[in-house]
Amino acid sequence: MNKIIERQDLATSLKKFVVEAPMIARRAQPGQFVMLRVHEQGERIPLTIADFDRERGTITLVAQEVGRTTRLLGRLNEGDYILDLLGPLGEPTAHPEGKNAVCIGGGVGIAPVYPEAKELHQKGYNVTSIIGARTSELLFFEEEMAAVSNELFVATDDGSKGHHGFVTDILQKLIDEGRPIDFVIAVGPIPMMKAVADLTRKYGIKTIVSLNSMMVDGTGMCGGCRVTVGGEVKFTCVDGPSFDAHLLDFDEQMRRLCMYREQEKMSEVDE
Amino acid sequence: MARIRPTKHPMPAQPPEERIKNFDEVTHGYSEDVAVQEALRCLQCKNPRCVEGCPVGIDIPGFILKIREKDFQGAIDILKDKNSLPAICGRVCPQEDQCEKLCIVGIKNEPVAIGRLERFAADWEARHSKAEVKPVEATGPKVAVVGSGPAGLTAAGELIKKGYRVTIFEAFHQPGGVLMYGIPEFRLPKAIVEREIEYLKKLGVDIQLNVVVGRTITLEELLTKEGYEAVFVGTGAGLPYFLNIPGENLNGVYSANEFLTRTNLMRAYQFPKWHTPIHIGKRVAVVGAGNVAMDAARTALRLGAEEVTIVYRRSEAEMPARKEEIEHAREEGVRFKLLTNPVEILGNEKGWVTGLRCIKMELGEPDASGRRRPVPIPGSEFEFPVDVVVVAVGQGPNPLIPRTTPGLETSKWGTIVADETGATSIPGVFAGGDVVTGAATVIKAMGAGKIAAEAIDKYIKSKQKEEK
Ligand SMILES: Cc1cc2nc3c(=O)[nH]c(=O)nc-3n(C[C@H](O)[C@H](O)[C@H](O)COP(=O)(O)OP(=O)(O)OC[C@H]3O[C@@H](n4cnc5c(N)ncnc54)[C@H](O)[C@@H]3O)c2cc1C
Ligand code: SF4
Ligand code: FES
Repeated sequence: MNKIIERQDLATSLKKFVVEAPMIARRAQPGQFVMLRVHEQGERIPLTIADFDRERGTITLVAQEVGRTTRLLGRLNEGDYILDLLGPLGEPTAHPEGKNAVCIGGGVGIAPVYPEAKELHQKGYNVTSIIGARTSELLFFEEEMAAVSNELFVATDDGSKGHHGFVTDILQKLIDEGRPIDFVIAVGPIPMMKAVADLTRKYGIKTIVSLNSMMVDGTGMCGGCRVTVGGEVKFTCVDGPSFDAHLLDFDEQMRRLCMYREQEKMSEVDE
Repeated sequence: MARIRPTKHPMPAQPPEERIKNFDEVTHGYSEDVAVQEALRCLQCKNPRCVEGCPVGIDIPGFILKIREKDFQGAIDILKDKNSLPAICGRVCPQEDQCEKLCIVGIKNEPVAIGRLERFAADWEARHSKAEVKPVEATGPKVAVVGSGPAGLTAAGELIKKGYRVTIFEAFHQPGGVLMYGIPEFRLPKAIVEREIEYLKKLGVDIQLNVVVGRTITLEELLTKEGYEAVFVGTGAGLPYFLNIPGENLNGVYSANEFLTRTNLMRAYQFPKWHTPIHIGKRVAVVGAGNVAMDAARTALRLGAEEVTIVYRRSEAEMPARKEEIEHAREEGVRFKLLTNPVEILGNEKGWVTGLRCIKMELGEPDASGRRRPVPIPGSEFEFPVDVVVVAVGQGPNPLIPRTTPGLETSKWGTIVADETGATSIPGVFAGGDVVTGAATVIKAMGAGKIAAEAIDKYIKSKQKEEK
């Protein structure tokens, strides 16, 4: 049982929680995630660690209410407890060579990219960040990201804030301007990560993406989270969740994420 | 004495057409009368062969005699002297390969139903025993147990009885290991496992759930910062193997571990009341023929699949599952395609499984395991339609602990190297169960937990002496 000590509505159906979890905070590193359950009959879902504070013994989670568990989580308040919380899981993100990094976060993917930018910034990298969302209402962590980036760009699909268009438009512009870019870390919806990968492949820029595969245990015992990377089968929960975007089979991952569409509709009715 | 009854007293069970519609236990267990009658079939041998076949050396004629004398408490006391989990072992042990295989009565007739009698005694105790469990005054050094399968549970129980302060660290949100997430309710009711865990808690064992050793905390930290004098690693063989054939990542392909964990631990069979979904196919193929495969096949039927087929590359004689489970599966309508090896899983444009392409096999020369090696028959490929494939071709140990514990020696199969007492290459670190042997049995894991507890006791005592 882990206590929620802070809760914030970032946008409609987008919630931030700061949770007491000293054991997890102590070892957490950017790129790692937790598994959680919020109901006695609940399922186990992965959430990326959006921030951690070793001194306070807390971790930060950001959840978009897309399924039953995230909706139940969204109903929890300060002082409530998360029934089961396990972590930190997965391998920390390994950084490719070079000091010029671009961090891209799309939608709820802004949360997991934040600790990456933060760490790189602390280590003295030149960090350029691009965050994007469908509309300005869904943008969050703007100040936080600005604080850990040498430069921050914003894009919205509807043009309600920043660049009117996609994060990849901005990345293209940066490349066209001839800025030095050694590697890109991109987290967001699969189509966004795939678009980033397609773009950087042309220029031979190393790109790391982080997956939120379907998981059961999160410790390597079910194989439900498997992905194909460079023709090899990997388990997202233990080999990832960060992978080389140029080797990843995004289409397969997209398909696997849709595996329980039908059942998800049933759960909505049941609530 | 009258001539011995040639067959075991039959086990009362739910009829197959009924039981495939529910997850309730298949068999009901002997009544007192039948148990006493069955106990009379035992010859009370002076040199009991059965005991040699028991991995933990239970005094089998001894407990059977007590049943014959209707001293059921006496029977359970004898069982528990060697086996701390008789209600579980009585249900899931492969007796036909162990005690019952060697039973003298079995030479001419069916052997004594030792397993059924063991289960009877354990169930009798659960129903009748009023003895309050008293917490142990554990004031000794701290010992950590990693993993709460049969190996870990047994080690924890033995250690606390010796006065050690015991903490179990378990990755899952529920203790029990394979007993909870793997073996289905209809074969091993979860209430029985929960009872054993409650018992340990009452004794005073501390169980820390949601802790992955190697991630949340390392083995090294347990031994240093956290102040544990010794650690027992019983993390099992939870890493699923796949076939490495095309199509294995299609939607609708599961490892048996995932299929069974979703169903048992996460109760997908009660979806949507329980929230974890599972994809229930109309036609399910299960690849493999061990206990895990039988469990997956019978689970698929109960979830509502119309046609379930076991696909196995060797022949009937080599199927590793318990005989009783194969029989139960047959009775329930599971089909068997033997001497058949899958070569590709077929899918549609949306990425869902549509069929299985297989090749027929024949048996050739014996291989390293002594079993005749299956070889493909050229040109015999065929396809059949399925919408779910469950891969049950074995598991290995999870590499997490070895990977995060410098100096911990492992074999080329990834198992932790331990001597006969469970001692590993690191002083103070002991291991036992599937993580040492590779996927084996509940009783062997239990036995290993017990032996390691003895060794840990010796290790700590000799260390204390040195320090004095
Ligand atoms: C479906 C199925 C059916 C079976 N049927 C039979 C049968 O009929 N008869 C029989 O005798 N045997 C059967 N077996 C085999 C038997 O269950 C195993 O041999 C036995 O459970 C092994 O016990 P164990 O204690 O070594 O490990 P497990 O039972 O595997 O327990 C290991 C525990 O450790 C935990 N763990 C793993 N890594 C970590 C970590 N890093 N940190 C913390 N915790 C960790 C796991 O979550 C798990 O709870 C079956 C197995 C399966 C999968
Ligand atoms: S070998 Fe058979 S008959 Fe002899 S003691 Fe054992 S169970 Fe009884
Ligand atoms: S979630 Fe089960 S192996 Fe990754």
